[in-house]
Amino acid sequence: MSAIIALIVAAVTFGTVLMFGTLGEILTEKSGNLNLGVEGIMYMGGAFGLAGAFNYEQAVGAASSSGLLAILIAIISAFAAGAIASLVYGFITITLRANQNVTGLALTIFGTGVGQFTGEFLRVREGNFVALSNHLKDSFANPIMPKFLQDIPILGKILFSHSVFFYIAVILAIAMHLFFVKTKKGMYLRAVGESPSTADAAGINITLYKYLATIIGGGISAIGGMVYIVTTAGCVWNHAGLSGVGWLAVALVIFCLWRPLNAIWGSVLFGALMIMYLRVRIPFIPTEIYKILPYVVTVIVLVFSSMRNNKEKQPPASLGANYFREER
Amino acid sequence: MSAEVKTPFVRLAKRDSMDPKKVWAIRLSSILVALILGMIPIMITGQNPFTAYGIIINGSLGKPIYIKQTIKIAIPLLGCALAIAPCFKMRFWNIGAEGQITAGAIAASYFALYWSDKVPSFVLILIMFVTAAIAGGIWGLIPAFFKAKWNTNETLFTLMMNYIIIGIVSWLQGGPWEGRKGSQLIPMFNQSARLPEIFGIHCGWIIVLLLVVLMHIYMNYTKHGYEIAVIGDSENTARYAGMNVGKIMMRTMFLSGAICGVVGFIVVSGANHTLNNGVANGVGFTSITVAWLSQLNAFAMIVISLILAILTKGANTLQTRLKVPASISDIVTGILLFCMLSCEFFINYKLIFRHGKSEEEASK
Repeated sequence: MSAIIALIVAAVTFGTVLMFGTLGEILTEKSGNLNLGVEGIMYMGGAFGLAGAFNYEQAVGAASSSGLLAILIAIISAFAAGAIASLVYGFITITLRANQNVTGLALTIFGTGVGQFTGEFLRVREGNFVALSNHLKDSFANPIMPKFLQDIPILGKILFSHSVFFYIAVILAIAMHLFFVKTKKGMYLRAVGESPSTADAAGINITLYKYLATIIGGGISAIGGMVYIVTTAGCVWNHAGLSGVGWLAVALVIFCLWRPLNAIWGSVLFGALMIMYLRVRIPFIPTEIYKILPYVVTVIVLVFSSMRNNKEKQPPASLGANYFREER
Repeated sequence: MSAEVKTPFVRLAKRDSMDPKKVWAIRLSSILVALILGMIPIMITGQNPFTAYGIIINGSLGKPIYIKQTIKIAIPLLGCALAIAPCFKMRFWNIGAEGQITAGAIAASYFALYWSDKVPSFVLILIMFVTAAIAGGIWGLIPAFFKAKWNTNETLFTLMMNYIIIGIVSWLQGGPWEGRKGSQLIPMFNQSARLPEIFGIHCGWIIVLLLVVLMHIYMNYTKHGYEIAVIGDSENTARYAGMNVGKIMMRTMFLSGAICGVVGFIVVSGANHTLNNGVANGVGFTSITVAWLSQLNAFAMIVISLILAILTKGANTLQTRLKVPASISDIVTGILLFCMLSCEFFINYKLIFRHGKSEEEASK
């Protein structure tokens, strides 16, 4: 029993990373923009989030640093990095009308480069590994819920023993769900993604909606990279562990059917697949083969989700296509 | 919307055509802009960007041995870009070149490891070549099959296939093909399984240059190439014209994967003389840049792959000499792509300002 609980807790930790990535990309894709740069954005978020927290600690000294402030600074720096990267993507695809696929791939190359560069540069500048003090590490990774909730048998561990980021992600998912189905602006955004020409005729400012969704979405995705670095990676720049996570997030968007609430359990499920080889031994299956399990499952999910023919379960109709008012 | 009619400050209109000279001038200047923007990260590290670019050039072309190493980097890039070109022309986003290279490398390595004493060198290399092509082709065909049948998202599918095949190599490395127990390494190939050298560089360069010519002919002067171009422009048009879109997709992806597989064979047989899980080493992704920067023109790819090879090789020298992280080459590559993508806008559209005068926007 305790092994299963430990697996779930670890799955949530990794799932939180995926959840941010997925939620950000859902927001972006709802506007009809397919941003394939999530991998790069998450690298940048990871590197700049770490750099933000590190510089903050250097500035005020390890003893007087506040955990809450460090969390805020890490979130803000990661968000800003992702937002700026997505602004570049948005400018090239929305204003300059370049191909979204290639621009996204370019952003992945650029972003992984910038992330890696920043991480390496920090290491070279400091002369050794960039590491935060244990005090800050704890405030990033430790559970925030009150002790008595965590002490509830079984459920306490599963629901209340996570870092602050998990709860932020869940709140974000619920907020995004409400935004899409309950608010006027959310419906406008969906209209832009479904049929930009109709939305344009109705007087909705397409460009504004596309830009905002892309920029904010990129920022949210970037927080995922930061969460990986400060929780799973133990506040050390680790590009190897982060590679592929952004792409899984893009795949998860399809798996979740572009619905924020599905992202909550979807990312925890994929989080479990990612770490299972460490926790659940299966006889006769070598570790290296076991490690590719999440990718195999993703392929199967992709195939099955493309096979179903349900009108409710389709991507935004204009996904991947640029909108030119002049070209009808 | 306001009631009064306002002429916007700037309007866009599509250009019919543009002087080819001007087109290339815009593209060249966008490369220049990219190189200037690339100076920013170098300056952040506190180095003089001109010194840094000097070291990049010197470290990649300064001595004959450097030039050889740079060309060795360019060979797989060029080969792989050639493979990607028909897919991208068809608007089929194959980002699984990495995996297709690895699949080809596995097939070639199997014969190099277990057949090297059974057949003469020439036959062995031929077998490696053919099996690598088939293995890479099949690895590319799988996503194409699902795309053709159910319109499965090929971008993610091909990408996931990368992780799967690289995981398989990791397993081979530590499992069935491991050389010395515990080394986690596959033994080096026998001499008979290695590509011969011509002018001091393994003869992979002849193979890829031949492929350049063949691909140029295939894309521009054959029925297949025409069909690919039509599908890329409009899938519906292709259907109305009676083309079997699914079949063409699968055929093209098999071909693309096969060329990637050959690249994998060249890398293991010519450069590494062994197989490891880093055999593709990001080539599959960088070659997308090569293909796109050269506008899918096979001959332009030779130049672009050399430029990116210079950047990669030079950035490594930069890291050892000035401690500027080698990932600077990725940043500059990314900026190059951004600039090239942006400059197409100025080639395709003209800006009309409110005064009524049509003005040529200078290149970005």
